[in-house]
Amino acid sequence: MSDPIFGRLEWSSFFVHEFIAAPSIDSAVAAGAGLAVVVGGIALLGVLLRYRLWGRLWRDWLTSADHKKIGIMYIVLALVMMARGVLEGVAMRTHQATALDGGILSAEHFAQLFSTHGTIMILFVAMPLLIGLINYVVPLQIGARDMVFPVMNQVSLGLTTAAAALIMVSLVVGHFETGGWSAYPPYTGADFNPGVGPDYWIWAIVLSGIGTTLTGINFAVTIYKSRAPGMHFMRMPMFTWTALCTAIMIVYAMPPLTAGSLMLALDRYLDFHFFTNDLGGNMMNYANIFWMFGHPEVYIVVLPAFGVFSEISATYAAKRLYGYASLVFATMAIAAVSFTVWLHHFFTMGQSASVNIAFGIATMIIAVPTGVKIYDWMATLYRGRIRLTAPMIYMLGFFILFVIGGLSGVIQANPTVDFQVHNTLFLVAHFHNVLIPGTLFGMLAGIQYWFPKAFGFRLDERLSRRAAWLWIIGFCFAFLPLYWLGLLGMPRRSASFSDPAFVPWMYVALAGALVLLSAFFTMLQMGWVSVRDRKRLAVPAGDPWDGRTLEWSVSSPPPEWNFAATPQVYSRDAFAVEKEAGHPYLPAQRYADIKMPNATSMGMAVCIAATLMGFGLVWHIWWLAIAGLLGMAASMIARGFVTQTEHTISAAELEQAHRDWLDDVANTRAVTRDEETSPGNRGLAAADVVP
Amino acid sequence: MNARHAGTTRAAGYPGAAFVLVVLVLLAGSAFGADSFLTPLGPIAGAEREYLLDIIGITMIAIVPVLVGVPLILWRYRRGNRRATYQPHWSFSKPLDIAMWGVPVLIIGFLSVWLWQHTVKYDPYKPLGDDPLQIQVVGLDWKWLFIYPEQGVASVGEMALPVDRPVSLSLTTDTVMQSFMVPALAGQIYAMAGMQTQLNFIADRPGFTRGQNTQYNGAGFSRQSFAVHALSQNDWQSWVEKARASPLSLNARTYTRLAERGSRAEARAALAPDQGSGPLLFSAIRPDLFQQIINRYHDSKGLTAQQQPGSPAYQSGGEHE
Repeated sequence: MSDPIFGRLEWSSFFVHEFIAAPSIDSAVAAGAGLAVVVGGIALLGVLLRYRLWGRLWRDWLTSADHKKIGIMYIVLALVMMARGVLEGVAMRTHQATALDGGILSAEHFAQLFSTHGTIMILFVAMPLLIGLINYVVPLQIGARDMVFPVMNQVSLGLTTAAAALIMVSLVVGHFETGGWSAYPPYTGADFNPGVGPDYWIWAIVLSGIGTTLTGINFAVTIYKSRAPGMHFMRMPMFTWTALCTAIMIVYAMPPLTAGSLMLALDRYLDFHFFTNDLGGNMMNYANIFWMFGHPEVYIVVLPAFGVFSEISATYAAKRLYGYASLVFATMAIAAVSFTVWLHHFFTMGQSASVNIAFGIATMIIAVPTGVKIYDWMATLYRGRIRLTAPMIYMLGFFILFVIGGLSGVIQANPTVDFQVHNTLFLVAHFHNVLIPGTLFGMLAGIQYWFPKAFGFRLDERLSRRAAWLWIIGFCFAFLPLYWLGLLGMPRRSASFSDPAFVPWMYVALAGALVLLSAFFTMLQMGWVSVRDRKRLAVPAGDPWDGRTLEWSVSSPPPEWNFAATPQVYSRDAFAVEKEAGHPYLPAQRYADIKMPNATSMGMAVCIAATLMGFGLVWHIWWLAIAGLLGMAASMIARGFVTQTEHTISAAELEQAHRDWLDDVANTRAVTRDEETSPGNRGLAAADVVP
Repeated sequence: MNARHAGTTRAAGYPGAAFVLVVLVLLAGSAFGADSFLTPLGPIAGAEREYLLDIIGITMIAIVPVLVGVPLILWRYRRGNRRATYQPHWSFSKPLDIAMWGVPVLIIGFLSVWLWQHTVKYDPYKPLGDDPLQIQVVGLDWKWLFIYPEQGVASVGEMALPVDRPVSLSLTTDTVMQSFMVPALAGQIYAMAGMQTQLNFIADRPGFTRGQNTQYNGAGFSRQSFAVHALSQNDWQSWVEKARASPLSLNARTYTRLAERGSRAEARAALAPDQGSGPLLFSAIRPDLFQQIINRYHDSKGLTAQQQPGSPAYQSGGEHE
């Protein structure tokens, strides 16, 4: 039985134990990773205390209910997790390059790497990136002041952060799950994996699943209910459209994941038999439930990227988006059809040919609206005036590489071929080929595009472009060889292999992984240089790219209340139309008092309590799990007693701030697109006289 | 403008050329893997290869325009090009929209018919002729057991079969889920405890290839491969005779030891320490072993971890009847 106070936690659970007991390259890498988490945490704490930033961090950020700050915090979380995910990718590529009949890491360690890498990159990088971006941008695009449920927004972030914290803790105490990001039972069941690994996975998934579901509800309701007057559905910016589709999909797709992992938890903790080999359990049910989430998830993460590409293609081609209605219809079609294809993740499970045919055809049908979108963007660029700035370089990479990912998707939609490439590196190449050029490039392009809006200064263009090219080149080297290895029959998740023909390809892939790592570091350098040069790069007038939608009509960074007066919308591309008509930057006809949500510590309380509950559950420290659960309940009850949830901002203050900014704009020199990336660009776009 | 273009082309040029070069060298250097469906040993894998190439060909109709068109558009309509038309308000064209939707719909419609036909034709459950050779396959951690009920023999780590005779596999596992794959013959199918799946194929020339598990099942996963020998009729007969001559028999005692988590080498060391290396062969088998392995999971009392091979708690000492 486990200890009543420490559960199954022992000294040997801590990260350095194995290294001291049995030093090797493998245990050194594991201990180094654990050490990095501990040292990183202590260093962060040290900086906060040394520079007395703790108070400001708490007041201005952690307790803020402002959608803009929550969005930024989501993206910071994503970048922290991405650092780990990228390093894990490099570690795996290094291992496999040496894995001819061996490899530098143990098979067990390699399994933890691919499991955490997958879990982190999907649920703690892709999801927080897109949720952060939507959080920041959508209210500004639809003329709203905040999310409909600002505190719930904060709670969602708290739950996601708690889940990410559990995964980081698994580096220091214990170990992570080894059955991949999909954690198929019965391998992850108690009979075959009695340790803590699957439990870390389960509770990270459950917490982030609940947080994300709440986010989806919040986004959908906000877009339904908070649009500015005149912004009909068919006038919404495309990014908002994709955000709406993603939000609806989140609401329907996340609950199966949460339910499925809770059922696995019931199997493991309370001896239920949902997915066991015996007593009527059946793992095929798990595969169905997991992919009922898992496939829509793929489109959840890619649709917002499509939205970004729609925005930037129009902006940087200085032209209207081609085929708006077509794009809306295609987005909705993808969202709907994506719920009917999940079975293609297991064509090889032994069901009848008829079932495989139905799901295979449904899968290929998705290629139609996706293809239409690609053609629509090409038509958007056609007869434009294109500036090949950093976001457009990402888009170029996306165009060329994503269609290759689409091709390999159509190939695998055919059960006949899937029998050969399923579970091989071909599949690994395929999903990286859609997730990196699709989701990641889209999100990075979006960050590049909206960064000046959020922080008031542009990112250094030279380093931005270098990073974009490194991502593209690194991707090609790291992942295209995996297609070939997959066709040669190399299974995914192989800690070793015996065919010497694989080795040279593995070295090419390793070189690619190193280029990707340098792309990540170039991004960090870009951030550093941009912050250093922020005065030179400042764009206070708020419209550095000659933008077309409402978010560009306010200052950079926008005030807490976003819009001094709620805008009236008469058309698509509302701000571009105003600029063409020659009357942007007008004072409002009337300013009125507004109410904004107060800061609250509820999100942080939930975050801490949920982390403790998860840790307690993983290690069977029951008192801690119960305390965490009660803590969450208490924070909700306590919130119920708060009567002052909003503060008023007076019309006079709004008018003063707005008129001050309009004066600044009036004193700013407007620049044409020729000076877009020069220090002369202070965020005011001149009507562009095209040669 | 100029500096920008110079910078980007320089960045794209060298690695791009280097990439092409490296790919060419690698393609020339590495022979087609002998264990892949790109070098098929039978008609099913051969058809899968053909079909793969056909799909790639058809899909190119939709993809080549993007690969060619995007760089052209980006170059032609770059901001610095004064001669190119600029239509900032152009945002819709009905004929273009019809083509954009129509062409992909036609391609996917065509591919759907193909998909339907091929999926039926190459259904892994479909028998490939009369009198197939029956082989019962049991996935264990981390080795494959092949039972030949008609011949009364069994092997671990080696599957032998005669050429030109249909082969019908019945698969299960006595542990977690696995996926059985022989690329050069027929691809893969899952194997799950308490359940039975099927895979049919035929070898049309003598040869050697390898198969493996592709579903991760623990530390020994990547070494769970096996040799496949497609043999002429005579060679096949002598393989069966060789197996019948093996001193080992597959009874309750040897099976429980075999099923225990561990590599093939470990199982050999325990069961036949003097048999040298290579596959393990068994001369006599319990005729209903395969069915018993499946049935055990349908017992109304359930199984403890100690009774499940593949569990770290498994005790091979006699629990297995």
